[in-house]
Amino acid sequence: MLRILHQIFRTGVVTEELPPAEAHEVELSGRRLEEEVRKRFGKSLTIRFVDSGSCNACELELQAVNNPFYDSERFGIHFTASPRFADMLLVTGPVSRNMEIALRRTYDAMPTPKLVVGLGDCSVDGGIFGKSYASLGGIDSVVPVDAWIRGCPPTPSAILNGILKAVSTK
Amino acid sequence: MSDKEMKIPLATGAPDDTQKGIRGVVVPRAEFASTAKVLKAEGWRLIAEWAVDERAAARSFGVYSAYNKGQEYILVKIEVPEADPTFPTLTKKFTASYRFERQIQSLMGLTPVGHPDPRPWIKHEDWPADAYPLRKDFDAGKSLPRVEGEYGWFRAEGEGIFEIAVGPVHAGIIEPGHFRFQAVGEDIINLETRFGYVHKGIEKRFEEMDYAGAARLAGRVSGDTTIAHALAYCRAVEAASACAVPKRAHWIRALLLELERIANHLGDIGAICNDTAFTFMLYQCAILRERVLRATRDVFGHRLAMDRVVPGGVTHDVNAAHAALIRKELDAIASEFERLIRIYEDNPSLEDRLYSTGILKPETAKEIGAVGIVGRASGQRLDARVQEIFPPYDMLVPKLTVLTSGDVHARAWVRIEEVRDSMRLVNAILDTMPEGMIKTDCPAPPSGAAGFATVEGWRGEIVYWVRFGENGSIERCAIRDPSSVCWLSIEQAIKGNIVPDFPLCNKSFNQSYSGHDL
Repeated sequence: MLRILHQIFRTGVVTEELPPAEAHEVELSGRRLEEEVRKRFGKSLTIRFVDSGSCNACELELQAVNNPFYDSERFGIHFTASPRFADMLLVTGPVSRNMEIALRRTYDAMPTPKLVVGLGDCSVDGGIFGKSYASLGGIDSVVPVDAWIRGCPPTPSAILNGILKAVSTK
Repeated sequence: MSDKEMKIPLATGAPDDTQKGIRGVVVPRAEFASTAKVLKAEGWRLIAEWAVDERAAARSFGVYSAYNKGQEYILVKIEVPEADPTFPTLTKKFTASYRFERQIQSLMGLTPVGHPDPRPWIKHEDWPADAYPLRKDFDAGKSLPRVEGEYGWFRAEGEGIFEIAVGPVHAGIIEPGHFRFQAVGEDIINLETRFGYVHKGIEKRFEEMDYAGAARLAGRVSGDTTIAHALAYCRAVEAASACAVPKRAHWIRALLLELERIANHLGDIGAICNDTAFTFMLYQCAILRERVLRATRDVFGHRLAMDRVVPGGVTHDVNAAHAALIRKELDAIASEFERLIRIYEDNPSLEDRLYSTGILKPETAKEIGAVGIVGRASGQRLDARVQEIFPPYDMLVPKLTVLTSGDVHARAWVRIEEVRDSMRLVNAILDTMPEGMIKTDCPAPPSGAAGFATVEGWRGEIVYWVRFGENGSIERCAIRDPSSVCWLSIEQAIKGNIVPDFPLCNKSFNQSYSGHDL
């Protein structure tokens, strides 16, 4: 126990200021949400994450936003297991044929109002996997999308900036 | 891979001259299983099985099986006539072929005769039964209709038995898959897994790309193993085109491979402890992992070093300042890591949860052909770095950690020892890396040539077999991620454990869904 406490004190706080977003990283779809909604989610945002066909690189970087350097919880962002509690649906990958129904059901299970954010280049148009018998391409072929966070995979700071931008009141 | 003649009793047939750098034989279809039997008796293990559509040239399909023993590999091929698309199953000799052959049946439409399980794999029940995406006459661009269908799940009946279905969407930030438990109280009596949710047609997609551009796709078969996959693909290309990669490029590839191993193992060690609610380790290890990724970014310009391994070499050189940066980071990480491992060893509640949980017995591991960290934690002395040696592994021999307890702790401990050993390797690579070019022009492989390669990624042995067409086009790319065999182990290891230990067991295997589903 003493070793654990010692290590915690040795480590200290490593959390960093979030650098501003690069212009090319975040793209808002222009789907209009009421100002009030964005305001409400601004300080406390609960996210349901779904991998609809990714290569799992985006998941690694999304896990990294929880690490002590990025500490997403300080922005009021946390991830939930249940779509019923979620304000935002965060989706990685192209939509595979075998995940289409699960993705749609997750979206339907969320209470309104709900935000949808696509994470990574594949979520925009299928990326390198494109459209095929097994891939439907971008996630907006299945659910309406509010914002995309670009990158292959996007860095943790790009992910945080993207999420915050999607809910900010401008 | 040397071209030296290998003695393979009875595995004789016409030599398959299209194979570059590896022995290939064509045997009559009827001898497919008997050849496997002989090879098994001689101590060979089946590492992969795949099918090729050769109807345009030969009015037949090809079915390949790949075997390894020590440092030798052999491919055994049979020809399957279009008029009778069946082949003898190998499941009676090698359990590993169980899913390989279901996949061949689902995606290529060749029936393994005598296979115990005719249910489709990857292709879910709502796919048209006669859609075989890997056939050449299948239009990959067309979306398929959904049809009515039902998957025949295994059932267990009896008083007090109930089912728990989990997934495809899971609670955490992980990939999708379905797990179905039959349990009595908290005790699991059976687990059936079903995957295919992230099948995005990768093998078919390869056929739309050329040999150079497809390295990018290989790097996205399983994003957490981007270096090892890109490397295995590139080595297959280079074997087929007889491209001599500059020595320095080999060393930088090994450097990347070991950095990838360190980063992923660090993440896993933390995550395994986290599943016992010991969150301290998760965050401490996440800090160390992040530092590896940042060092990788500073040297190679990308946190995961995607697209840095290309046919003919690598894209980024490592200068003296880079080497100093990597050394400094690893030194700092190593001392923190050792502190954490002392805490790991000292913690009775961790011991209580990790020891004797989720045991994969060595004989079971051997039976299903488990490789990599899963295999080594269950007594399998296998590592592609000592089986298919490329520089610098001829000089810098990795230390293999092989344990026999096969429990969650063993899988964590193999990772711990490998973090230590990979750090040693990285430092040794930086000390002795030869000067020279980092890339050479890799010409397009000749039409009809095929290349085979295996690389030890952080999970284990990755296998690529790629055949080329005109002008460097890809005719077929068969991929076997370690997950394709190691996923079988979770069903075996979980029996007799309790439901709440499933996440812990699963994390200790941490297999790739994307690498499996393709």
